[in-house]
Amino acid sequence: MGYVAVKGGTMAIDASIKRLKYERLKDEEIIEINTILSTMKAMVDQVMSESSLYSPFLAALAIKQAEGSMEEAVFLMRAHRSTLPRLYYSQPVESQTMLVERRISASFKDIPGGQLLGATYDYTHRLLDFHLTEECAEENEQWLKDYKNELQSVEASVNVQYFPKVVEYLREEGLFETYEADNTPPKDITKESFQFPASRSERLQVLTRGQTGAVTSLGYASLRGYGQVHPTVGEVRVGALPIYVEHPNELETDEEDHFYIGDFKATEVESFVPVSVKNDKNEEELEFEIGYGVCYGQNETKAIAMSILDQCLEHPESDFPTHDEEFVLLHIDSVESTGFISHLKLPHYVTFQSKLDSIRQVKKGVQEDEN
Amino acid sequence: MKTNTHFAFLDEGSKKEIRRAMLKAVAIPGYQVPFASREMPIARGWGTGGLQITLSVIGTEDVLKVIDQGADESVNAVSIKRLVHETTGVEGTERTEEASVIQSRHRIPEVPLSEEQILVLQVPTPEPLRNVEASEYVTKRLHSEDEYSGAWLMLFEQIMKYGKTATNADHPVYVNGRYVMAPSPIPRFDNPKMHQSEALILLGAGREKKIYAVPPYTDVESLAFEDYPFTVESFDGQYCHLCGATDVFMDELIDPVTGEATYQCNDTSFCVERLNDKEKAEVETSYA
Repeated sequence: MGYVAVKGGTMAIDASIKRLKYERLKDEEIIEINTILSTMKAMVDQVMSESSLYSPFLAALAIKQAEGSMEEAVFLMRAHRSTLPRLYYSQPVESQTMLVERRISASFKDIPGGQLLGATYDYTHRLLDFHLTEECAEENEQWLKDYKNELQSVEASVNVQYFPKVVEYLREEGLFETYEADNTPPKDITKESFQFPASRSERLQVLTRGQTGAVTSLGYASLRGYGQVHPTVGEVRVGALPIYVEHPNELETDEEDHFYIGDFKATEVESFVPVSVKNDKNEEELEFEIGYGVCYGQNETKAIAMSILDQCLEHPESDFPTHDEEFVLLHIDSVESTGFISHLKLPHYVTFQSKLDSIRQVKKGVQEDEN
Repeated sequence: MKTNTHFAFLDEGSKKEIRRAMLKAVAIPGYQVPFASREMPIARGWGTGGLQITLSVIGTEDVLKVIDQGADESVNAVSIKRLVHETTGVEGTERTEEASVIQSRHRIPEVPLSEEQILVLQVPTPEPLRNVEASEYVTKRLHSEDEYSGAWLMLFEQIMKYGKTATNADHPVYVNGRYVMAPSPIPRFDNPKMHQSEALILLGAGREKKIYAVPPYTDVESLAFEDYPFTVESFDGQYCHLCGATDVFMDELIDPVTGEATYQCNDTSFCVERLNDKEKAEVETSYA
């Protein structure tokens, strides 16, 4: 039979999958899911954020299966998410109630409650640490013991402390407008496809699910000049947020009766953006607006970039692509962009034959005309 | 921790939502119904729209055929068929006549389809106006106003430039005299097969989150001018070097040694069937 490249699909697939497994196993090393969970926090957080499924264990499993490929891991998690029935929506989360582990402001040195550095790479020197090549369990244990001893001398507060939002402080001064809390249920973009112009809840969902790199680069583009938003970070906070759901069958809803179903770690950013507005006398006046970013886990760059893009999309009248919601929202999704780009690897024999025909016919026509 | 996959992968709520979108699509032929496209275990752009339709309509009694670029054995077709089989237990077939659901990328089979069959087409770019208008917001309005001068102008410009229309696969069609639709990137050769099709045709675009349909016995007309009529790809004077078929869409194979082109049926199951019939006839005559 004649040679057709696409024939023999079943056997080829089986062999390819086997080969893939071999590549993962060939060095005879096995990474435990728990090892990923406890030592690759940043990856786990990023996968959860982009797949909008909060499960550190499943994210670690996905990373293991995907051999550390982020796009693959997110893909696995998203596909798994499609098999889960979605039964409840939670109550709106009030981010004031975050159990803060890190909180900084780039706008004010002296914020009520103080700055809390928490764990961050920001102040490390990025020098390869060759000591890590010979880490051992005993040394780790000793280090942990010493660290805990040090902690004992630190006096803990008796009460759980909630930190006020930096912006509240400025609101009192009249620098920011006060808006009514909008607790209308958000449109779930994973249960309904969004239409343009998109609502803010839809925009924020797409941004928070967006691929970290894509969100960062578009945020960066806006900052660099392809946009009109150059913010000051009002507040970055990282910590655990509690989730409550309403009783599904009760008609009376009292906040006291809501069920606490656990908490999740999140990064939240409020950026302050100066904008000029015309006042009643038609004079340009400066005013502050807020750009908002929030995502699962500790992903500070992404959350800040999200806050820039949120603010950009609030001002669609600008000519820059970062202010065009179709441009931004339709192109930052990890699964969608990698999927469509990778589909170019599929055969295109039929469409190419058709294109070839068209070009040949046109060329033939031109030659006939010239003769 | 081990879990079993749900029947047809998606949860029942999702399948119901997708079926509702399909019903709307059937009720308004050619209209792109937005739906909440789920993330699937295959990549966006590899047929997730078609797959979601297939998984939402398929029942245990169905027989499934999947083709990609005309071939049942192509890797993507095998992979999709396998996924549907693993999550539903539905048996696959390569014979077009036997299938009740046919999911296809880029081809409508050569064998005419019947009322008992559903053809599911995978669509990468459902918006026929996309290359004249980038914005989704605007194209949606253009559809609602039956304002397709952009598409006509595109053809007109091709005639001005090249002396003929020069569309490739995915030549836009008017459905039921109302909506202009992208027929999925099927070659122009297959466009006429949609007209008054006995089978229901469902089109799914997963990444673009749209479902649309051509119900049975619906008018589907390829956009063309009276003096520049619609033409299909030409395989004039060519025949399949395996089964001898003419009047089918063919793959062009280049002989690596002589550099000459030979042709062969693109629809592989159609070709194999013809070869089998021929062989059978030969055997019968030789015994007789």
